[in-house]
Amino acid sequence: MRLTLTAALLAATVGAQAETPPDFEKLFATQAKQENPAFVGFSAEQGQRFYASTHGKDWSCASCHGRSPSAIGQHVATGKTLAPLAPAANPERFTRPDKVEKWFKRNCNEVLGRPCTAQEKGDVLAYLLTVR
Amino acid sequence: MVLLYPSRWWVAALGAMLALAAGGAFADDDVRIRPLNHAAWQQECSACHVAYPPQLLPAASWRAIMNGLDRHFGTDAALDPQQRADILRFLEANAGRGRGSTGGKPLLRITETRWFIHEHAEELPANIWSRPSVKSPANCIACHTAADRGDYGERTLRVPK
Repeated sequence: MRLTLTAALLAATVGAQAETPPDFEKLFATQAKQENPAFVGFSAEQGQRFYASTHGKDWSCASCHGRSPSAIGQHVATGKTLAPLAPAANPERFTRPDKVEKWFKRNCNEVLGRPCTAQEKGDVLAYLLTVR
Repeated sequence: MVLLYPSRWWVAALGAMLALAAGGAFADDDVRIRPLNHAAWQQECSACHVAYPPQLLPAASWRAIMNGLDRHFGTDAALDPQQRADILRFLEANAGRGRGSTGGKPLLRITETRWFIHEHAEELPANIWSRPSVKSPANCIACHTAADRGDYGERTLRVPK
């Protein structure tokens, strides 16, 4: 119990400090280790598949963010244009813990009907970081 | 007598008279939506769509919308409680005064208000809302090209192909 609390506090502290995409990758890795002791690392390939696929509901990440995350996306319901998701194309992405948390919460709910695991978040981020 | 007034006023009056003479088609075009500023409203509401002007729905509608953000037109748009309350205060303070309700329930869609229907009833191509470039009547900025700055005036209106 105490260990869990300490780990949560540590994660919160790291989260508060995350300011760059690699910071977030480290944060997700810390969380992934807690979720799964057998965690070995993130896979950009796995992230790419996750990004492009639907997960039992109507939409995928790509439905709004576009098949190419370095291009401008279009919200599938409202038609609003969305700034690119890949950090290489949009330096504002993965620089604000509050935004990252808010959007993963909303969009995972939208796409999967549940919160994403740290493994899933880290895989997607690993993929996004390979996109030029 | 006309000379007593600033020239811009005179030009506007002449324009209005000409518009009326043209058959009254422009009689409603002087509707002005005053652009407003509120950082959290602008940032949060414009993430998925234009930050719709508070004036376009009555306060009861905004309360209903802001109380159901976790199921916001089929999507999860939940905010933290403090931010939600802050934005709702702004919406209520600037809300429209129309009745905006149907069968006792507040309207949740601006596109269902009589004002919106009236304003968009004329001169629009039949397929306008289904064009890929427009997609939905919720996509104000597709035609009102400065909607993100709160400008819904004629001068920035361009209906796309």
